Amino acid sequence: MASVATSTAGPGPRERARRWFSGFRERETWTAYAFLLPWVFGFVFLTAGPMVASAYLSFTNYGVEQIAGFSPTETVGTEHYRQLVHDEKIRLALRNTFTFTVMMVPATMIVALALAMILVRIGRAAGIFRTIFYIPQITPPVAAAILLLVLFNGQVGIVNRGLELLGIQGPFWTTDPSWIKPSLVILSVWSVGGTMVIYLAALHGVPRQLYEAAAIDGASQWRRFRDVTLPMISPALFFTFIILTLSGLTNFTEVYTAYFGAGSTGAEAPDAALMYAVYLFRQQFEFFNMGYGSAMAWLLFGIAMVITLVQVTVSRRFVFYQGGQK
Amino acid sequence: MSGRWIRLAALAGTVALSIASMAGLASARSDATTGTSPTGRAVASRTLNIYGMGGRDDVAQGRLDFAGDALGSSVEVSNPVGGFNDQAFLARLAAGDVPDLVYISRNSVGTYAAKNAFLPLASCIRSQSIDTKQYRAAALSEVRYKGQIYALPEFTNQITMLVNQDVAKAAGVAVADIQTTNWKKLRQANKKLLKVEDGKLTRIGFDPKIPEFFPLWVKWFGKDLISKDGLKAQLNSREAVAALAYTVSLINDHGGWNRFKAFRDTFDFFGRGNPFARNQIAAMPFESFIYNVFADNSPQIDLVAKYFTNRKGGPITLFSGSGWAIPRGSKDPDLACQFMKAMTSVEAWKKVGKARFDLRKRQGRAFTGLYTANTKADVAVYEDIYQPIGKKGFDDAVALLVRAPRYGFAIPLSPASAEFRQAWIDGINRVLNGQQSPRQALDQAQREAQTAIDKAK
Repeated sequence: MASVATSTAGPGPRERARRWFSGFRERETWTAYAFLLPWVFGFVFLTAGPMVASAYLSFTNYGVEQIAGFSPTETVGTEHYRQLVHDEKIRLALRNTFTFTVMMVPATMIVALALAMILVRIGRAAGIFRTIFYIPQITPPVAAAILLLVLFNGQVGIVNRGLELLGIQGPFWTTDPSWIKPSLVILSVWSVGGTMVIYLAALHGVPRQLYEAAAIDGASQWRRFRDVTLPMISPALFFTFIILTLSGLTNFTEVYTAYFGAGSTGAEAPDAALMYAVYLFRQQFEFFNMGYGSAMAWLLFGIAMVITLVQVTVSRRFVFYQGGQK
Repeated sequence: MSGRWIRLAALAGTVALSIASMAGLASARSDATTGTSPTGRAVASRTLNIYGMGGRDDVAQGRLDFAGDALGSSVEVSNPVGGFNDQAFLARLAAGDVPDLVYISRNSVGTYAAKNAFLPLASCIRSQSIDTKQYRAAALSEVRYKGQIYALPEFTNQITMLVNQDVAKAAGVAVADIQTTNWKKLRQANKKLLKVEDGKLTRIGFDPKIPEFFPLWVKWFGKDLISKDGLKAQLNSREAVAALAYTVSLINDHGGWNRFKAFRDTFDFFGRGNPFARNQIAAMPFESFIYNVFADNSPQIDLVAKYFTNRKGGPITLFSGSGWAIPRGSKDPDLACQFMKAMTSVEAWKKVGKARFDLRKRQGRAFTGLYTANTKADVAVYEDIYQPIGKKGFDDAVALLVRAPRYGFAIPLSPASAEFRQAWIDGINRVLNGQQSPRQALDQAQREAQTAIDKAK
């Protein structure tokens, strides 16, 4: 659908500012801002403030002595950022995180879409199955991580026992470095309910007439899916693509619980499980290298920004907005 | 109701919710920091704020009462439930809400001491006339940094070897051959003791317990992973590489790390169905607390306790445990000093030892002693309170544990304790996972550890 071109330029900055201020003559504007205030407070003090602080700390020697006020915080220039380049664990953690994300995002999207399409088709029973599919989503991530260790145990886990029934020798999911990330991906896919619900809503929004028209034109099931369903739900796909990518890049709770934290099986955390967010946490809160940890956080932020910008740019060719903008 | 009133009501509700949540936070903070006095005193002119002593079992509570009494009735002891947590402690430091006294794992003391977050205890020890000779030398070495003592050691875990005699008999292996002095003989025994059925590991022969007990295997050569002053990592020494290669070979005899760990992950060491009771393991080094657990839930186990021995046959044991430290900024370091002196005193240990013995007797349960960092207390509890429980394996184990501390060593404090430990653990894991050779892994660990120490010192 073509976008609507405007022949005249929009209002200038001064005019926009005037309009914005004129809104405060209305009581509703004040009421709206009053309702917004708790969120603005939270954003400024719990998100934006700490981000600005961490940007500053990434250039300092901030650590236990500085936290406690025993020593002044001193700037160290770009030392932490240079250290990032030479830290072998950074490369390892980034490699692990990218690998996990590249596997997890498409797997989650495909499974969620498949489940949503099944739910759309099964009619009255959809409610029950929707609930069943959504239940893993509300399972606490810590519990899910413990489940991972139990279900995927290479010797007695249910997953391998099931595979055995099919004559397949299952791998050592939780100990073999080659299988740790796939098992984490399966765990993520298991809690696919949130993504599925988004797709379900998008699928319900596809006009039936488009399918009818396609059917009259003799389009096969696959053509209808490819040329009607996918374009019509592309905004939802794009939204989940970005959200899942960011979620993959910041993956922490399950992997930390299973391999590094209280739920882990001891000190045997393998390199293959070292995700970037886990290493960041260790630097900050186990090794107390707050400045370095802040630099790590900004590196991750930069990477996430670049990836998101690429996704947004590429999406302009593939995402279809019914409002008329592509 | 008009739209105006609805809007006003909604706004008032929002504001009220915000205020209520803030008030709730403030209240929660207040609850968390005040706590209650274990002695229940109503009037107090001084307050001692403790942080990190989360346990409330009879041994902890009995000594808290004892130390509280030692401070006198004018002192309120505030000791909120919850163990030491680095993030929470840092948050308290940042907020200026510094506890007067903290209870912390001894291997974490170095990191805080190196960063000036804890007070050296020289003046405390002097003013309270604390006899440091009563504490185990190795336990004290865990809390000494640059010649200064930064914590008083409390509990101590020591490593001894447990041998499952039933399994040894069934496998036709003499218990005497399950030892660590002769590595060749141990490996032969390991191969005989382990069991694989239908391609699955069903019994571990000898578990070397790496990564965590790796320092013990290096000590076999008489070497340490770090210099005595805690400033020079020695992770890639010839001896460390040899120790790693050997211990990994013991695991590989079971079919590799993946199979070994997958099987070991199924164990419940603290229940009735523990791997010794189920004959799933023949022998392993383990922390001393396990005797208490086994005596309680599976006294039928036919176990033999042995020393872990070095290459010359001499006993060695690795210490770890908890301690008390005074954070810099403590409002009442004198009071904190008095309290921790009382908590770690012979009298306190004897009092709770007797109470536990009586309690266990009433419950018909076994008492296997208390293992502390206080040599005199352990001997007193053993000689004055402990009574043989009538199970030879456990009675012999208790006698062994009481003698074991004299052979103990601990990993010296390092200014980057956590990173140092992580470096060698990660290195060992890389070898176990087949990613690197022992030499490559420990070379990398050495680089990482020394870099962290150099940055922290």
